[in-house]
Amino acid sequence: MVLDQPVGRVDEGKPAAPWRHDAKKEDLKHIGKPIRKVDARGKVAGLTKFADDLTMPRMLHMKLLRSTVAHAEIVSIDTSKAAALPGVKGILTGKDLPIPFGILPVSQDEHALCPDKVRFVGDPVVAIAATEEETAWEACRLVDVQYRELQTIGGVHEAAETNEPRLHDYGVRGNIHRLENLEFGDLQDGFARAEHVREDTFFFEGNTHLPMEQHATLAHFDKDGKLTVWSSTQTPHYLHRALARTLHPLPAHHIRVVAIQNGGGFGGKSDPFNHEVAAAKMAMLTGRPVKIALTREEVFWCHRGRHPVLMRSKVGVTKGGRITALDFQSYLDGGAYGSYGTASTFYTGALQTVTYAVENYHFRGARFFTCKAPCGPKRGHGTPQPRFALEVQLDKIACDLGLDPARIRLDNLAPRDSLTANFLRIGSMGLGACIEKVVAGSGWAERRGKREVTKDGRIRGLGLACSSYLSGAGLPIYWNGLPHSGVQLKLDRSGLVTAFCGSTDIGQGSDSILGWIIGEVLGIDPLGIKVVTSDTDLTPVDLGSYSSRVTVMTGNAAMQAAERARDILAKGVAEKLGVPAGRLVFADERVFDAEDPKKGMTFQDAIICSEARFGTIGTVGSYTPPPTAAKFRGGGVGPSPSYSYSAAVVEVEVDPETGIYRVPHVWMAHDIGRALNAAVAMGQIEGSVYMGLGEAMMEEMAYRDRSHKGKRVFLHKIPSMLEYKSPSALEMPKVTTYVIEDPDRNGPFGAKEVGQGPLLPMMPAVANAIFDAVGVRVDEIPCSFEKVFAALQAKKEGKEGRFGPSSGVDGVPVVDFGDSLKIKTPWQGGDGTAWNEPKREKKAAK
Amino acid sequence: MSETKKALATFQVNGEPHEVAFAPHKTLLEVLREEMNLTGTKHGCELGECGTCTVQVDGVPILSCLSLAVDAVGKDVRTVEGLAQGSELTPLQHCMADLGAAQCGYCTPGVLMAADALLKHNPKPSRDDIKEALAGNLCRCTGYLKIFEAVELAAARMRGEKAEPSKESIHGS
Repeated sequence: MVLDQPVGRVDEGKPAAPWRHDAKKEDLKHIGKPIRKVDARGKVAGLTKFADDLTMPRMLHMKLLRSTVAHAEIVSIDTSKAAALPGVKGILTGKDLPIPFGILPVSQDEHALCPDKVRFVGDPVVAIAATEEETAWEACRLVDVQYRELQTIGGVHEAAETNEPRLHDYGVRGNIHRLENLEFGDLQDGFARAEHVREDTFFFEGNTHLPMEQHATLAHFDKDGKLTVWSSTQTPHYLHRALARTLHPLPAHHIRVVAIQNGGGFGGKSDPFNHEVAAAKMAMLTGRPVKIALTREEVFWCHRGRHPVLMRSKVGVTKGGRITALDFQSYLDGGAYGSYGTASTFYTGALQTVTYAVENYHFRGARFFTCKAPCGPKRGHGTPQPRFALEVQLDKIACDLGLDPARIRLDNLAPRDSLTANFLRIGSMGLGACIEKVVAGSGWAERRGKREVTKDGRIRGLGLACSSYLSGAGLPIYWNGLPHSGVQLKLDRSGLVTAFCGSTDIGQGSDSILGWIIGEVLGIDPLGIKVVTSDTDLTPVDLGSYSSRVTVMTGNAAMQAAERARDILAKGVAEKLGVPAGRLVFADERVFDAEDPKKGMTFQDAIICSEARFGTIGTVGSYTPPPTAAKFRGGGVGPSPSYSYSAAVVEVEVDPETGIYRVPHVWMAHDIGRALNAAVAMGQIEGSVYMGLGEAMMEEMAYRDRSHKGKRVFLHKIPSMLEYKSPSALEMPKVTTYVIEDPDRNGPFGAKEVGQGPLLPMMPAVANAIFDAVGVRVDEIPCSFEKVFAALQAKKEGKEGRFGPSSGVDGVPVVDFGDSLKIKTPWQGGDGTAWNEPKREKKAAK
Repeated sequence: MSETKKALATFQVNGEPHEVAFAPHKTLLEVLREEMNLTGTKHGCELGECGTCTVQVDGVPILSCLSLAVDAVGKDVRTVEGLAQGSELTPLQHCMADLGAAQCGYCTPGVLMAADALLKHNPKPSRDDIKEALAGNLCRCTGYLKIFEAVELAAARMRGEKAEPSKESIHGS
């Protein structure tokens, strides 16, 4: 449905921030240019400090004793031998930190140290701080924990069948954490009008972020009697809230969280973690600085990575391939805790409609608790799994109907400036251009389906897939009516502009965008701007580096603060020069009359004359996303100020005997709205191609599930970087990148997200390419060599050339989803509410 | 453990002598970071799997997490802190910074030490040479491409060529 009003803030006459999305490229001095990142020098000089690089006098080292069993009640903990070890200065157990926490208000189900029950191998039980790191380890080995083991739960089928014992005493019932059932439009009618219907079952194995830096935290209860926590976190604001909750009665304003430079995040450092809470408490207990640096194995236990998701998708299309109805089910293996899981569940159903127009849509999602490391948000959060399913299924449909997979996608594109069936507001939409670019660049029309044979006997294939992703979640994680991002500017008479912002640079360049945007508005060198970020004592709140929100949200806040500073300076300069303020130009470190450029002054003099006139100069800017159109329960997940789009063609060369394949070339086009920095945007796209390729080919968070001496052993199979395969420099293919710029009016200078979207089409494009090469389907990620081999073998034996989960009734767990929430689509005259939903009471923010 | 008798030795690091008392079972990584406060060298696994701890010993890139510190005594150890001459970055460092080859920056010191060693003995490396030299340095951010391009650009500039990054690598095709 096309809206009468283009997308934007419709509730106010004037937008909360000037987006400047319509600025002409040639008029921009800094935006779009490949300017060096503000932190680049420190990083190449080895001067950047990460959390484990910090030390303090009298600092203690803390270690966590973790559960060795997958599910058990704690019978007793004896720490007396550990306490007697020379050098041990503090011991904490669950009773010292009784208040539970969790990233989402609806799942406050974690304790820093398990008080009575452990739920996976790796759950922390005891924290010990000592003068030497090795002493702390030794002391952990001296602790005696007695467990009474409980039945373990290993996967979604088992969790659905096991009502008792429950991992948690909350959730839907048994070991079902969440059940969602949303119906948009008229499914019956949609399928009735379909001329071809397909039902397929897919599985996407879990995988993990594998940041190069292991999580580390330093906590210090300082001379003022206040607590400071330096941590490798993507979300200092949420950590701040979790600490204020768990360390009660310590007031929130006595806690300072500094998110120190993250050595890679990808979503893996966006929960408040048990080790952070325990280190803070230990610092309060001992009165000394306390540091914990996780080992690589412990990073695997922290996890919060990609959920393993089993999916069943039924789609109806016309003969021409137009989608008339989609019925999608997802079953998420959540691991031991809630984490972001509620949001993850909704995300497995939210964005199907943003890429292609889906007229009638039914989504059912179930998340289960299992005895594994907790899953959470990894780059793409909950959307790569359904995207894989849908894109492979579309490929199959194109094949069934004899259509070009590129054509079927172009024919189904979701329209720009429209509302989707599930009330997501699409603004700019460049997917068509993306598809056309990768199709032309890869020689799709000429080379697809040709099965060329390479010199070494491998068969070439091309696969296409598309995706969309959000530019920041439209709603905050906890309910509140406050801005999502704030920026303060200080203008100093030295000519220095300092930007303060709570955003957190995890390598994506969020510190740098502040300089680019402010520099563009004020006409000064971005690298001359001082950026102070992610320190809860000094910087205004930004919700964190997750959901690809920072460029759009802090970018708009920075733009507003800079525009306000510009207004003040313009007034001061206008008075001084006797020129109307509206005629002043800010460029090249000067402020001058547009009609007589010689008439002007330096930027520094502009500050001086304005400060003399108005006093100390400082401004603020803030950003709140546009109100969402989805008002039904669950409609809070999916809305975003804008959506990015990506299309990829992947080339594979498959050995038809062994299933071993390589990926020599990837063509990736991404609709970024506008690239604020060309080189940095390229880096995000290439990094996404890389990480997506790892997920497609090899990465998996697999567990050993076997019996040993009558007991079930339930251990992570591969908690090391050698066994957890990820692509090295040798596996990285050639990448031809197309940056598509379709400026969105909700983005600063039209910018949309780039950090996550381009990862999404990689996995289905690889699977589709393998089919193009050797005619077998691997309906499972990772699409590892042995699965291709198994599918080839099946085909040779005359069976279906497919590897994947069972398509039968046993393929997915039996779950009673109850009645669906029924929502009329915009084209049925719906208003975004569910017509059969019981009245809800709005919960106040805690 | 705390009772372990410490060894006293002088290390030659970045051209300077460092006299350090350290437990003899400590790795070179631990002694560099914890005793000399040279925290530019990182750790990602301490099992020799990720390459972030790469330093040069007598010009050869090694994994400092797998090397005993005592073995480096009397040898020429170079870390990322020793690359720049005064405040002037090397061409490789400049190219890495300009191309955005350092995203989170955590693998960067190790990558720099491995690539710097490559360029010392191979002033005109092919893309395959670079891939081979960096095969032991995992990077999760960049997809390696900007790193390869930075090494190639630096190599060209070090040969005295007036090289610029290609338009495709900055703006796309």
